[in-house]
Amino acid sequence: MTEKMLITQSSPHFRDKDSVPKIMYAVVISLAPAVFASLYFFRLRALLLLLCCVAACLATEAIFLRLRKKPLQALLDGSAIITGLLLAMTLPPSLPLDMAVIGAVIAIAIGKQVFGGLGYNIFNPALVGRAFLQTAFPVAMTTWIPPLTKTINTATYATPLGDLKFQDAVAQGTLAPLKDLFFGNTGGCLGETSALALIIGGLFLLSRRVIDWRIPLGIILSLSVFTGIFWLANPVKYASPLFHLLAGGLLLGAFFMATDMVTSPITPLGTWVYALGIGIVIGLVRLFGGFPEGVMYSILFMNTFVPLLNRHTRPRILGERRAQ
Amino acid sequence: MKAKTFPHGVHPPEVKELTAEKALERMPAPEKVVIPLLQHFGKPAKPLVQKGDEVLLGQKIGEADGLFSASVHSSVSGKVLSVDSHIHPGGNPAPAVTIANDGQDSPFPVKKDVKDPFSLTPDEIREKVREAGVVGLGGAAFPTAVKLSPPKDKPIDTLIINGCECEPLLTSDYRLMLEAPDDVLKGSVLARMATGAEHLIVGIEDNKKKAFALFQEKIREYKGEAVLLKTKYPEGAEKNLIYAILRREVPRGGLPFDVGVVVQNVGTAKAIWEAAKEGKPLYERALTVSGQAISEPKNLIVRIGTSFQDVTEFCGGLKEEGNILVMGGPMMGLAQWSLDVPVIKGTSGILAWAVREPGPEYPCIRCSRCIEHCPMVLAPTQLAKYTRFNKLEEAEKWGILDCVECGSCQYICPSNILLVHWIRLGKNKILSLRQKKSS
Repeated sequence: MTEKMLITQSSPHFRDKDSVPKIMYAVVISLAPAVFASLYFFRLRALLLLLCCVAACLATEAIFLRLRKKPLQALLDGSAIITGLLLAMTLPPSLPLDMAVIGAVIAIAIGKQVFGGLGYNIFNPALVGRAFLQTAFPVAMTTWIPPLTKTINTATYATPLGDLKFQDAVAQGTLAPLKDLFFGNTGGCLGETSALALIIGGLFLLSRRVIDWRIPLGIILSLSVFTGIFWLANPVKYASPLFHLLAGGLLLGAFFMATDMVTSPITPLGTWVYALGIGIVIGLVRLFGGFPEGVMYSILFMNTFVPLLNRHTRPRILGERRAQ
Repeated sequence: MKAKTFPHGVHPPEVKELTAEKALERMPAPEKVVIPLLQHFGKPAKPLVQKGDEVLLGQKIGEADGLFSASVHSSVSGKVLSVDSHIHPGGNPAPAVTIANDGQDSPFPVKKDVKDPFSLTPDEIREKVREAGVVGLGGAAFPTAVKLSPPKDKPIDTLIINGCECEPLLTSDYRLMLEAPDDVLKGSVLARMATGAEHLIVGIEDNKKKAFALFQEKIREYKGEAVLLKTKYPEGAEKNLIYAILRREVPRGGLPFDVGVVVQNVGTAKAIWEAAKEGKPLYERALTVSGQAISEPKNLIVRIGTSFQDVTEFCGGLKEEGNILVMGGPMMGLAQWSLDVPVIKGTSGILAWAVREPGPEYPCIRCSRCIEHCPMVLAPTQLAKYTRFNKLEEAEKWGILDCVECGSCQYICPSNILLVHWIRLGKNKILSLRQKKSS
């Protein structure tokens, strides 16, 4: 050791081992159960959609990094893979692959890179891609096939939330059984059907402290209370909170979408407002809106408030007097 | 007993096993010492000697310049070689007295005080502490006499002795607690007398169980209390320590005085005792020399003014692979560019190891870990961003001046952002703007 080799740097001189790529790959790993569930229920369709979305996201990211003269190394940070996986998870299994590719390109290009890339986007990129597809291809985005584990001979199929909204399923007694919702033996987007797989992945993220526990808890709480009030008032018309938690994209959204660090608040109070808001907006859309499902729009809607929430929810500094 | 603590904070690797069981060893005085006149928070001392003067061990060579200053004393006997600017571990060169050691250690005669230290009045205690040039030995080096002089309108009820040593690697406070518990406690009692406090509490982290057990037993005699604290960084930061033990919050911009508390480090307590008992000036201190690039890590008592070169050589030299040399702990210590810097009163450790090439800096992904871990409950990522874009008013509103620069945020940041660097820059900008305005 000679003086010439001495590094002079600003303290602290110790660093925790966690890093952005490690966080991103933890999210990728946490999606594994849901990916396997989608492969089990939708087989080749799931595989093709997943591959197309991830490949298109990586390619778009690479092109933009090149255009913006940024090092291509950023491709390896794992964030584009997550966007691809999450987008695929939110697509109907029967969606044509070219549409999926368009969604992926929009997700990265408009959802992320035009804002300045990783860390600067306002909206969840995967949901931006999905929102675009929903508007551009409304029919394809609402056409469902039964899971391949169901021996039904129909080309199309309705989601449990669709049954609830359009078929008055509670009164008819045709609501999908909770057991099917829990294991995933039902219709819906690729990754949203199996509550079990999503819960396993979500618990993994919580245990690794990758996601803020306030977000899934806040969403689940507010949606349960909101739907619970109506259910208690009129159980013949409204579905139970448990149905609402297990059906549709709620768990996927609560554990994997709303928890996106970049697009959720940084302060504890802001996070609570954001999470509770998402749950209530989901309840409003599902019970009174024109669509059967509202997870995507609720998260995008609350994303818009994040800068405002951050600005007005500065935590109380140690030794600061409480508001007088 | 359940260990007390504060909210937030981090758990860096402790690495204390390198030296925890190594007893304090007295390093022989070097052939030459360089004693800076600025070793404390405040104004530099005024030199009392000139080139060619003969000085004795413990002789005052720099006089405190006002209240926020501290006297400095010779740590050897010998001849003054020069009084001029010398490189300093703080970063900026500072005036220093260079003395050639005659090897005699001829002591400077001290007035024999027959008085029992425990019969001293608060003013007498403060005077002895000031004369001995005692400053806080935890690292900040705030003049101790000032800390022992609470304003009249702020009664003090509790004296806390800080035995946390929460910085990784450092173990010299731990050794002091094990090897000189009575000196530490007697000094604590004097500090309690000087501040007029009623309670004496020693806070010790639960990775130092042996020291805690010893103090729990010994402290009864001194009518104090030992409190076990969770091993967490920065448990020993003054405001967090006060909160952990007493659940009192020092107001923003305020001092522990404001909540009736004074905090002293264990090493400082021992120095107070030695100053009061035998008039011994602060010319040596305990410190830890450790890290993977130190051949033989040790706990040492070193004369102030000994060069880092001499200290590291005494510890078997530096290993080839080392590339960083730090004064203090790894979380708040200062990286050094030269081994010629001298040990000063605030040198709690000399550490050397090999730092890994830092990973690439990623953009902030808003993970909010810096907020979750900030012991002051600030939002470091916002503070850094406001500084970057020169929005200093916003930075101030978000509490940038409350930052204690403990480094927890940068330690935990997965994006490798130099948060503390940006925050320091912002603080400096704000303070220099204020100075400009007032002048």
